[in-house]
Amino acid sequence: MTTTTDRPAQQFNVVGTRPIRHDGVDKVLGRAQYGADLKLPGLIHGAVLRSPHAHAVIKRVDAAKAAAAHGVFAVITGEDMPVSASELLDMGEEVTDLRWMSERIMARGKAVYKGHPVAAVAAVDQNAALEALKLIEVDYEPLPAVISLEDAMAPGAVVIHDDLVGDHLGEKARGTNVAEHTRIEFGDPDAAFEQAAHVLERTYTISRAHQGYIEPHSATAFWSPDGKLAVWTTTQAPFGVRSNLAQVLKLPVSAVKVTPMEIGGGFGGKIQLYLEPLAAVLSKKAARPVKMVMDRKSVFDATGPGPGGQVTVKMGVDANGAIVAATADIRYMAGAYPGSSISAASVGVFACYKVPNLRIDAYDVVINMSKTAAYRAPGTPQAAFASESLVSELCERIGMSPMDFHLLNAAEEGDRRPDGPIFPRVGNKACMEAIRDSAHFQSALQREGPDGKLRGRGMASGFWNGIGNRSSVTINVNDDGVVSLVEGNPDIGGTRATIAMQAAEILGLPAEDVHPAVVDTDAIGYNDLTAGSRTTYASGQAAIEAARLVVEEMKKRMALVWETDPENVEFENGVFRNKVAPDQRFAFKQAAGKLGQTGGPVAKTGSVNVRGSGGGSFAAHLVDVEVDPETGKTQVIRYTAAQDAGKAVHPSYVEGQFQGGAAQGVGWALNEEYYTDEDGVMLNSSFLDYRMPTALDLPMLDTIIVETPNANHPFGVRGIGETSIVPPAPAVANAIADAIGARLYQTPMNPARVMEALAAKRNGANGR
Amino acid sequence: MPITLRAHTGGEARLEVPGATLRALVRNLDERCPGVRERLVHPDDPDRLMPGLAAVVDGEPTNMGLLTPLGEDSEVHFLPAIAGGA
Repeated sequence: MTTTTDRPAQQFNVVGTRPIRHDGVDKVLGRAQYGADLKLPGLIHGAVLRSPHAHAVIKRVDAAKAAAAHGVFAVITGEDMPVSASELLDMGEEVTDLRWMSERIMARGKAVYKGHPVAAVAAVDQNAALEALKLIEVDYEPLPAVISLEDAMAPGAVVIHDDLVGDHLGEKARGTNVAEHTRIEFGDPDAAFEQAAHVLERTYTISRAHQGYIEPHSATAFWSPDGKLAVWTTTQAPFGVRSNLAQVLKLPVSAVKVTPMEIGGGFGGKIQLYLEPLAAVLSKKAARPVKMVMDRKSVFDATGPGPGGQVTVKMGVDANGAIVAATADIRYMAGAYPGSSISAASVGVFACYKVPNLRIDAYDVVINMSKTAAYRAPGTPQAAFASESLVSELCERIGMSPMDFHLLNAAEEGDRRPDGPIFPRVGNKACMEAIRDSAHFQSALQREGPDGKLRGRGMASGFWNGIGNRSSVTINVNDDGVVSLVEGNPDIGGTRATIAMQAAEILGLPAEDVHPAVVDTDAIGYNDLTAGSRTTYASGQAAIEAARLVVEEMKKRMALVWETDPENVEFENGVFRNKVAPDQRFAFKQAAGKLGQTGGPVAKTGSVNVRGSGGGSFAAHLVDVEVDPETGKTQVIRYTAAQDAGKAVHPSYVEGQFQGGAAQGVGWALNEEYYTDEDGVMLNSSFLDYRMPTALDLPMLDTIIVETPNANHPFGVRGIGETSIVPPAPAVANAIADAIGARLYQTPMNPARVMEALAAKRNGANGR
Repeated sequence: MPITLRAHTGGEARLEVPGATLRALVRNLDERCPGVRERLVHPDDPDRLMPGLAAVVDGEPTNMGLLTPLGEDSEVHFLPAIAGGA
């Protein structure tokens, strides 16, 4: 790991160090409580009957036999779920429509994806529930499944939702599967292309890829006779689950309490409701707490992957290689309901570059597959696969090194993002320079591997903006000077530690003396979701605010002890001092022991609503691959990821985020896709057949933390969790092209496609 | 202005409009371009932007909706919020 910085850094005592994570012991010893571990008095177990068809009218559901079966407490169908009208809901990082959400959770009248819940059962144990499902009779009338962009957008296409009203550039459109067509445009790209020295246009196809979290979804609900609903769930968004449950179930938000359990990965896929409303309605009917846990097949079939689609990009440059214009046509398959992050894709597709003339069209298209969900930098890896692959091929055409191209065209402070806002100070060029100066880039690639294998090197850049939004953190000072820190963001990537460390920095304590706890929605102020690269950045600011309030209160207390005015008390490096009597000083821990006699406990809450992200986080990745021309297998043999962290709070977790995103991106690049039959039924819905990278597939992923301070954060911190998944696929594509002399325009670039590209090259259809 | 609202602005992508707050700006914008306000403002809450829409002021999204204060040279973009999550 190398850290680069472009200015004298603030001096930190805790931030920038690598303490052991606070939740480490519980996780290592298996004591951490995940959703499936929960046990409650009287707990019964739920199971879901899912549609075997991707598109079918549900003519009849007869659950009488199941309801009468031994051990069954309750059966529900779509008729038991409240009906919701169309209403756009703010989900923090995204918006969604309440009606579509309700219909997705439980089918009513029509199933629109394979795995769509049709009924659910609660029984004395899991086996009894599963057996009861077999007794439910459902008559389906299968309809033609729409499972591709071509099917969905063709004239006369089967329309999935008769009542979907599309928004096509502001015009309402009926009888369509295109839920939205947006456009961003400035300048005159067509005229600029006419004047360009070189223009290249290519179309890329990207597979849908699942977030692949290890822990399947689970939810337990107890609908109390007093009308209050308690839910324990694996989620990135406990407050979002609370409000969405209230909206779907027609409850006041204050009647719902959500307890986030420990979470085994999310990556954006654990924001939406899935099992929670079903468990709740089953609980209401059964008058018992109901636990539901998904199996892996249901996770693949019925929870959101990131969208696949097709992206056409065109770029023109002048004789010096400076970009004069770019256009993109982005078409994403949202799944069975609208919403595939086309807005984010439109921002991300050219965000790394200065583009004076630009047009981006984006289409959100519904198909008969599970509704897609946010997946780490939603919508952006797919778009970047296109734009960054195109840049590399364009560089080949004009005889310019990609490094020189990136450095010449990199968007910097004062340049416009594709959607209009102007970048503040950002680390785009700094990341590229960090890669340029890395040992990896500076080393020559041995182009011939063993046994005739071919080696190549590729690079790509990436961007994710991230969000700020609302956070609350409470700090309680204990008599021994150790503080408890109460927060509301589930800890996916080490945020207990990173939030605690920011509080510790202000309080002058070691990180170990701040004890973080993630609590339920009744026990802390509002917190937006753990997503959007926001938690360390925004909730960290709430912790800083709470810590500052604690310090101010304790100054008043020390003033009482020293019989002086509070303004005479200063606090630095964990020590309170009386400025007018310098021998009077207390370390934080000593001061904490005085609280009982100076007014009682000190407990302070910091609540923030952070505007924006401070320009987001850029990244540049460099990869070497080795391709076996006999089998088409691609092996990543060296990888370096540089990314701007602003200020790395816990460098080990920053490096982990860089590595994790890179690993997921490599999986998307090389192996991950949904194999479906012509009816939209996924054929590889297990981790045996859905090929994610393992430790054996990857080398050590080297990281470079670039630190371009974020003016929006007191310590300069940037959210960094998502950008790292953006560059890998195009970087790998560019490396493969460098290795084999032929380009691939489709993910995954698996052995079969590499062999096809090699064959096409031999036939003169693809090559350089 | 997003392309979807340019029918209200006579095709103009960029307009200069006075307003000490985003709400005042939208009010003045609606006087100049009738019909814009009902596309930008929540039908049930005059202090909130229309769901599905984000306003970016001076480079960062608002966190106070239409109550966001504006400077004399503030630059405002109305953008589609990131859709998804159903």
